[in-house]
Amino acid sequence: MTHEIIIAGFGGQGVLSMGKILAYAGLMENKEVTWMPAYGPEQRGGTANVTVIVSDERISSPILSSYDVAIVLNQPSLEKFEPKVKEGGIIIYDSNGIIKPPTRKDIKVYRIDAVEAANEMNNTKVFNMIVLGGLLKLEPIVTLEGVVKALKKSLPERHHKLIPMNEEAIKKGMQIIEEVK
Amino acid sequence: MAQEVLLMKGNEAIARAAILCGADAYFGYPITPQSEVLETLAELKPWETTGMVVLQAESEVAAINMVYGGAATGKMVWTSSSSPGVSLKQEGISYIAGAELPCLIVNVMRGGPGLGTIQPSQADYFQTTKGGGHGDYRLIALAPASVQEMADFVELGFKLAFKYRNPAIILSDGVIGQMMEKVVLPEQKPRRTDAEVIEQCPWAANGKAEGRKPNIITSLEMDPQKMEVRNLHLQAKYREIEENEVRYEEIQCDDAEYLIVAFGSCARIGQKAIQMARAEGIKVGLLRPITLWPFPTKAIQGYANKVKGMLSLELNAGQMIEDIRLAVNGTIPVEHFGRLGGIVPGPDEVVNALKEKLIKH
Repeated sequence: MTHEIIIAGFGGQGVLSMGKILAYAGLMENKEVTWMPAYGPEQRGGTANVTVIVSDERISSPILSSYDVAIVLNQPSLEKFEPKVKEGGIIIYDSNGIIKPPTRKDIKVYRIDAVEAANEMNNTKVFNMIVLGGLLKLEPIVTLEGVVKALKKSLPERHHKLIPMNEEAIKKGMQIIEEVK
Repeated sequence: MAQEVLLMKGNEAIARAAILCGADAYFGYPITPQSEVLETLAELKPWETTGMVVLQAESEVAAINMVYGGAATGKMVWTSSSSPGVSLKQEGISYIAGAELPCLIVNVMRGGPGLGTIQPSQADYFQTTKGGGHGDYRLIALAPASVQEMADFVELGFKLAFKYRNPAIILSDGVIGQMMEKVVLPEQKPRRTDAEVIEQCPWAANGKAEGRKPNIITSLEMDPQKMEVRNLHLQAKYREIEENEVRYEEIQCDDAEYLIVAFGSCARIGQKAIQMARAEGIKVGLLRPITLWPFPTKAIQGYANKVKGMLSLELNAGQMIEDIRLAVNGTIPVEHFGRLGGIVPGPDEVVNALKEKLIKH
């Protein structure tokens, strides 16, 4: 099984770190992983995206032309990546950044109001973990335990106290993601 | 004991591998997309553990001349940069090759020419394999296609550099430098002691022992007769390297009717492209040069009467294609596909190019 995922949005939304945690979780579960950022002179407010592949087999190209799942967190990313979702694939968007939602009928469209949920949790920084939760609800690429292990592995010790809050955010995301028919 | 599997960027893997293989000194100057090399070294502070020197020089020119000096003493020294920075180092690299000194150079290529872009490119193939500096010299050029190889080629590069007293270069690009993948790092080796360096490098300028003549490290020779002899010696060494050190990988080449030849990141994209093409019934294989110099000329020549055509897949306007064409010597069509200036093609573009440029012939 191979999952080919693009996560795209504004710099500062936690796009790259969300991908990193997903890749780390794959590593924790002994899967093959690649994490390839579209790096540039990135800064807060600029566009950012990362391709994450999690697979049971050796991964060939870290660069892809089409994706199983596209997570788009702003309008330019939606316009760029909606056409690149494979037929029968998934697109996930946060209504907060999107003026014109996806229109394709041959893919599954999901909405997650993660910005709103993060605000309700009084912590805008867990936004990306809410989105990750939504993804994992639809596609159990890695387990929640795998993600927690990944957070422990990738975060410095002094930040480990934040892990329960991130776990809560992932669970929140699993609850609030909904299909748009 | 099984070594721990880690997740990291290619640039970080290079820095960690250099510390672990017992390198003595690094001299560099930051530039995207290889800055994580110096950043990782600064974070790990190897001067406090193995005693490895890490110095951010005032420029790339200074850094390569520090490498020249360090290499002259028989120490394991290295530098890293990206395309424009490596251009600045060319004079020093020519001197190091001329003086026959071992060192490791890392180039994480970005789009050019000039300051270009900071995105991935492979447009320094000519510079690396044909001698970017002046004079008849060669660099042993290794092209990693994974984060694991970024780590592995540090030790291999040093090994070959010392074996032949010749600079080695890891020619990588922004994709392999910036991507994160699984990697198993080597175990920590101690740095060589001064006594070991003196024993292993009898040519080095590291303090004259009683009874031997002084070792003089220079690339300068005023007498052209002697300079020709020196050049002939270098050429004989290069033939020996060409004979012994060619490395390449063949993927699904056995039944192939077409061959993609690609190195580094393009070899990864090419692997996906051959999967996609084979799903459509096109029998295509991939030959990946691991050493760009010495080039796997004979291996490619061997496919000239087996396949109908070859596609040189490179992130440049067509550089390695010249070496492929020389290898097959006009017997079969050899076409080029690549994107320029920092654009990386998807595997679908490669499949389309294969169909349009070769199969329609």
